[in-house]
Amino acid sequence: MADYLLLLLGMGLATYVPRWLPLHYLSRRSLPEWFIQWLDLIPAAILSALLLPALILDGDPKHLDLLRPELWVALPTFAFAWWTRSLGGTVVVGMLLFWLAGKVDTQWFAWMG
Amino acid sequence: MTLPSSAARSTILKEGLNAGWPICLGYLPIGMAFGVLAQKAGLTPLQIGLMSIMVFAGSAQFIAVSMLAGGASAPAIIATTFVVNLRHVLMSSALAVYLRAAHRGLLALYAYGVTDESFAVNLPRFNARNWSLSRALVVNHAANLTWFISTVAGGIGGRFIPEGALGIDYALIAMFICLLIYQIRKLIHLLTAAIAGLTAVGLALMIPGNTYIVIASIAAATVGVIIQRKVMRSNPNNG
Repeated sequence: MADYLLLLLGMGLATYVPRWLPLHYLSRRSLPEWFIQWLDLIPAAILSALLLPALILDGDPKHLDLLRPELWVALPTFAFAWWTRSLGGTVVVGMLLFWLAGKVDTQWFAWMG
Repeated sequence: MTLPSSAARSTILKEGLNAGWPICLGYLPIGMAFGVLAQKAGLTPLQIGLMSIMVFAGSAQFIAVSMLAGGASAPAIIATTFVVNLRHVLMSSALAVYLRAAHRGLLALYAYGVTDESFAVNLPRFNARNWSLSRALVVNHAANLTWFISTVAGGIGGRFIPEGALGIDYALIAMFICLLIYQIRKLIHLLTAAIAGLTAVGLALMIPGNTYIVIASIAAATVGVIIQRKVMRSNPNNG
């Protein structure tokens, strides 16, 4: 538990400092323009770097697999997120479709086998 | 600054909750999904609750739990948390513009609750000049309370939910999909996302571990800025 609290303290600081420093100091000065542009692109870059490997890579060591339900369920989930802009709705729809895909998948393979 | 009367206080509370309830609604399924995954990774409801209070960062918490389950070291988890949450620098910078006269202590409290969701709710209202720090604090803390309760509830209920039930393993991916959609505001964001995703896949195939996330993100954002500045220089009217 002591190790865990230390981990949380580190994670807490790593989260809090980027949230607090700009609010504290930026009421007085501003960041260079290129850095603001860079920060503006970072979220899209991180989310995509997290997402695409999770959708199309499988196993350890990792290999390409375009037939994963993760990928096919992502397409309607993307469309839903794009049209509704609803975070909670997207999570619920994504989970539901993935659960259904799992059911269909098992039946499909039982039928083929 | 005078203390608001109780009538004014209830107005502040009402307006804050009016603006913040969609966040709370969205946090319920995500928080419970997080609690279930954390429970499966071996965390107790107490540990889950502590993380939700001390860290309060949805995507970073999901990543931390998957890294814990994979046996990652504490420094690796903290470094990843830092990189994943660097995006809040931009959000806090944008918010700072509207909070120039604010009390430093209240700002320190407000900083605690700056998330993708509270930012998306508070910034347009500050921008329209009909919002105050106290209303924004209500939004942030209502969201934090909901997050705490739903993650702990998921942690307690998690043991009753069988493996793979209700597509719970897809909660994180679905959340990332929606957050990515929020971030695609111009062509340059789409281009950067495409570069980051493809670079990440290429690197993940070549090097073991999770370092590919940081390398690919930094590389893609840097290439994105270079492209953006080249385009702006050759066509200054089309920012």
